[in-house]
Amino acid sequence: MDIMNIINPIISIGGLGVVLGAGLGYAGKLFAVEEDPKLGEVLEALPGANCGGCGFPGCGGCAAAIVAGTAPVNACPVGGAAVAEKIGSIMGVEASSAEPTAAFVKCQGTCDIAKEKYTYFGLDDCTMAMQLAGGGAKSCTYGCLGLGSCKKVCAFGAIEIINGVAVIDKDKCVSCGKCVSTCPKHIIELLPVKKKVKVQCSSKDMGKNVNAVCSAGCIACKICEKNCPFDAIHVIDNLAVIDYDKCKACGICANKCPKGVLTGKKPAAPKADAPKPEAPKPEAPKPDLTKKEEKSE
Amino acid sequence: MNLILLVLAGIFVNNYVLSQFLGICPFLGVSKKVETATGMGVAVIFVITIACAAAYMVYNFILVKLHIEYLYNIAFILVIAALVQFVEMFLKKSSPSLYQALGVFLPLITTNCAVLGVAVVNMQKGYNFIEAILNGIGGAAGFALAIILFAGIRERIEFNDTPKAFDGFPLALVTAGIMSIAFLGFQGLIKL
Repeated sequence: MDIMNIINPIISIGGLGVVLGAGLGYAGKLFAVEEDPKLGEVLEALPGANCGGCGFPGCGGCAAAIVAGTAPVNACPVGGAAVAEKIGSIMGVEASSAEPTAAFVKCQGTCDIAKEKYTYFGLDDCTMAMQLAGGGAKSCTYGCLGLGSCKKVCAFGAIEIINGVAVIDKDKCVSCGKCVSTCPKHIIELLPVKKKVKVQCSSKDMGKNVNAVCSAGCIACKICEKNCPFDAIHVIDNLAVIDYDKCKACGICANKCPKGVLTGKKPAAPKADAPKPEAPKPEAPKPDLTKKEEKSE
Repeated sequence: MNLILLVLAGIFVNNYVLSQFLGICPFLGVSKKVETATGMGVAVIFVITIACAAAYMVYNFILVKLHIEYLYNIAFILVIAALVQFVEMFLKKSSPSLYQALGVFLPLITTNCAVLGVAVVNMQKGYNFIEAILNGIGGAAGFALAIILFAGIRERIEFNDTPKAFDGFPLALVTAGIMSIAFLGFQGLIKL
């Protein structure tokens, strides 16, 4: 009887363990889900840091989304081009087609350029401030509030608030898009890094109203539209919009913009040789036209 | 009537998290967002219900028969861990959508002491099979209620201007304490 006190527990608990183990092993085979072999390969190609920068729950989630086709091969912002290329070869997609992008703040209304309607005392949170009268303290209702909600959400330290406007460090930005979805004003956008010409304003107000609140806003004068040799920039809803499929980043529009809204100015000299011959032609009649345009608006 | 009271007692009076302080780790760990807290709550309800049944059978048909009741802790841990693994595999195969919803939380539940706690309470109070399962459902629903309420509060606290020293977990712990005091108000409401 004494010896049974020892043997009974050993056999029963041990037996239970063996039975459950065997059961699990069998169930593992029985319920084995056929996973796409690509999934493992993609997962291996990813950095494996599980940082969540891609917006999926860890690298596993990202790999699943890539294999399922719901995420692009360059979905991993940390791995960059090298990883995108590897995954591209696994998935049979050309990774090179994915042009590197970076977040860009479409506002340059710094404290000295755009006025404040009132002094804001409150939480350092753009979404909160925007719910106040007039959509925040900045006189331009479209402009960056500069309270740094985007900076807080950036996992890579790529955003600084400089003089009341968010500025993005292109080298640090991995284009994860978190700031884009965070910004309550929707003025951050992922734009191709190589195309240096970008519209640094989001105001859809009429020129006169823009002038009243900000000295560096797009006044919809259409000078850029008329000077573009590639038909790549258009004024839509009182705001210049660039079609990056057509834009060759020649910088002509940036040089012509009277308000300096466009980035990527070229020093007047050599580089813009090719498009230049085309450009001067529309240049001649332009001044009159724009004046009319401005008046009519 | 007694059975309904058993469930209600599990949810409010004997709330496993706020009155018996079991399952605190997931309660604090997975309660940052209401969405994930709901996922965790549903997964716990699911697992505890099945675990109660399994633990009941192991206890009464193996441990009691062999007079080795003192081994209940080891046996329950073994059964629950295996069960969670099995449930995960089964769901992955049979119901991918449910697996997607519960996915991350299922393995976490293996270490949720509320599951073991419910099984042990069932055994100690000598509940029969039906009572054991209902006590499990009630306790698990209580856990889900507590974690979802807690997540809701924490989401709102995030927006408040709190002293630096209280940011994050300190404030979460203080909140949990106050919630526990609030649930103390249910004490003695149902006598079983």
